[in-house]
Amino acid sequence: MPMRIHVDAEKCQGHNRCYALAPELFDVDDYGNAVVIGDGSVPAELEDRARLALANCPEFAITISE
Amino acid sequence: MSTTETSSSESANDDFTPVTDWATDFDHADPQYNRNAHEIWAELRGTCPVAHSDRYGGTWLPTTHEYVREIAYDTENFTSRAVIVEKMVPPDPAPIGGAPPITSDPPFHIEARKLLLPPFAPKKIELWEPEVRTLCRGLLDSMMADVAAGKTIDAAADYAKRIPVNVISRMLGFPMSDEDLFLEFVHDVLEGIDDAPEVRFVKIERLIQYIIAQIEDHVENPRDDLTSYLMGVELFGEKLSVEHVGGSIILLLIAGIDTTWSAIGSSLWHLANNPDDLARLIADPSLIPTAVEEFLRVYAPVTMARLVAKDHDFHGCPMKVDDWVLLPFPAANLDPEVFPDADKVLIDRAENRHSAFGLGIHRCLGSNLARLELTIAIEEFIDRFPSFTLGGTEDDVVWSVGQIRGPRELPVQVLAK
Repeated sequence: MPMRIHVDAEKCQGHNRCYALAPELFDVDDYGNAVVIGDGSVPAELEDRARLALANCPEFAITISE
Repeated sequence: MSTTETSSSESANDDFTPVTDWATDFDHADPQYNRNAHEIWAELRGTCPVAHSDRYGGTWLPTTHEYVREIAYDTENFTSRAVIVEKMVPPDPAPIGGAPPITSDPPFHIEARKLLLPPFAPKKIELWEPEVRTLCRGLLDSMMADVAAGKTIDAAADYAKRIPVNVISRMLGFPMSDEDLFLEFVHDVLEGIDDAPEVRFVKIERLIQYIIAQIEDHVENPRDDLTSYLMGVELFGEKLSVEHVGGSIILLLIAGIDTTWSAIGSSLWHLANNPDDLARLIADPSLIPTAVEEFLRVYAPVTMARLVAKDHDFHGCPMKVDDWVLLPFPAANLDPEVFPDADKVLIDRAENRHSAFGLGIHRCLGSNLARLELTIAIEEFIDRFPSFTLGGTEDDVVWSVGQIRGPRELPVQVLAK
């Protein structure tokens, strides 16, 4: 199973940390709120970046399933 | 008390008395508060995590990350209808408040906020980068004569302060020639908190009349700026009231200037005092992003405020309706329960879940712009001046008073490369 990332839209307040740290994995909508790119699957080489994005989210809006 | 400290408390009126006990009688308008904030918060966090003062009609000060976060998320027991602690509770009722959306509560809040989020979203703000860079370089150019003559420069008043005021007045479409007036407004609102209510009223009224004149000018001459944008958007199928447009403009003008100026100033103050960090950034500019986040964590400029909405007990504190509650996000950022080596400035700190821009539904609307300005301001300053130090002693640095913390005067001596 590949690593998957998820953004909780209720918790995300648009701090934009994930998009800044891992633009290959996260995008932002017109309001500046985060969305995962594609289905949230994380290529092996980007797993560390996904963990970094999670560790920098002030709202604890990102979760990872492995 | 040194003369510089006295001068920074000019806004204090006669019934201001210096603080002698921070746990029971604190006053964030005492010049010693912002100057010694880190020590005061550390002391309180260890002994009295929620301080109280009878000043301003009763004010609470939580100092742990857990408590600050809890209050930021609790929009039932705490209202945002006023967010600057002052002697008189403003009359503007919830859920709109005087400067939407920062003074708004749910459910109105998100509707007003959605109007302003798009122009401040990351991809819109990125477009400002070349203009901000040009602005910073121009400000540095104007300092070169003094630097060449070996004089100290004021990195707060002549550099940090000029960047956000310039950018936000361009965004709002206000005359650039009024820059100094905007700085007076910011000072009146944020540092004049100790003024007698009647003095404060006159000052705020002057700001409101200025904004109304600008709105009228935009009625006659609509243009591509945030003021015309706010006058054109609809909420619940209707154009915004003049009060709403004016309140939002006041928010953008006040919140956009002092805060970023403080973050830039504090970051340069740190680099002036820490030559090793400065040398590391010069040698390895790829550290700039983590350094910026670390400066935001440690020197977060903004303490927000709430009013207690319902009588309730908060962890043993009997909170009453209309008590003020300060929300010191910078104190939360220094809590060792959440951040390892919280009191150390580590410019390569990779995991940094700081709350410099607040937590919850009121996350700073301008955070993307603030980060852009802070990053470029540091990059350009250290590119021009790769070696510099404080131009004097800590007594020559004048810190702000009130909820926004940062140096207002920062003498810097540029050194030969």
